[in-house]
Amino acid sequence: MKLGVVTFPGTCDDADARIAAGMVAEAVPLWHRDADLRGVDGIIVPGGFSYGDYLRAGAIARFSPVMESVVAFARDGGPVLGICNGFQILCEAGLLPGALLPNTGLRFVCRQVDLVVQTTATPFTSTCTVGQVLSIPAKHTTGRYFGEVAPEQVVLRYAHGHNFNGSQDDIAGVVNAAGNVMGLMPHPEHAVETLTGGSADGLALFEGMTRVAVA
Amino acid sequence: MRARVLIRPKAGILDPQGVAVERALPALGFAGAGNVHVGRMVELDVADASQLEEMCRRLLANPLIEDYEIEMISDAPAAA
Repeated sequence: MKLGVVTFPGTCDDADARIAAGMVAEAVPLWHRDADLRGVDGIIVPGGFSYGDYLRAGAIARFSPVMESVVAFARDGGPVLGICNGFQILCEAGLLPGALLPNTGLRFVCRQVDLVVQTTATPFTSTCTVGQVLSIPAKHTTGRYFGEVAPEQVVLRYAHGHNFNGSQDDIAGVVNAAGNVMGLMPHPEHAVETLTGGSADGLALFEGMTRVAVA
Repeated sequence: MRARVLIRPKAGILDPQGVAVERALPALGFAGAGNVHVGRMVELDVADASQLEEMCRRLLANPLIEDYEIEMISDAPAAA
């Protein structure tokens, strides 16, 4: 089982994502200019500031050669997880519904948040239970979720009092209609070891990814 | 040809930058200003103006959250 981690110019959370992926599978680095996915079974689009987030967060990254391959991989049913900037990129690419807007407070916020698992009918949350609370960090300026999304596509919600960015219906993470592409604003890759992450709750999502093998 | 594209948040979507400016204006003594929206402007030379609409839809704006207006400001390319 190989999990690919994409790096764009400006990506800054790829190293942590590779560490997280490496705890559940073989981590494979992928470069934005390469269309070759190197035989991976799942893809993580990590956080950061792809192409400097010029114009709009994620707007330019979606046209990179690697993203054309990621889109094809996702359309074929392969599991793809977008974190923070990766979430923004997957929305801009049309793989996920909705868009991310500036936080209502207009500030960059960095804090530990509680997320409530809404469904276990996705690979990513298949190791969780409905109602389970995951404590993981969030850090962003543009993370206010907005979009038309079916209730069953909402995978994670901010717990009461934790929706610091003003997201619609407390939405923190969504999947596509097929359930194989997920995006979330908080950072599970920063919560895979209790020593540095405050919890290891983030690991569950990566473990879930490994449960779907691409034929 | 030179074009100007104005991009702004769609009506009905909270525009926190606009709200911040709206709150700052009375603090400076400007009464009666309201309904502030902050957007951005892109000016560009184009060889084929018919492509502008597609450029806006695919890259310059996110039609889900933003409205855009295209304005032709010159028939000749602007001097660099």
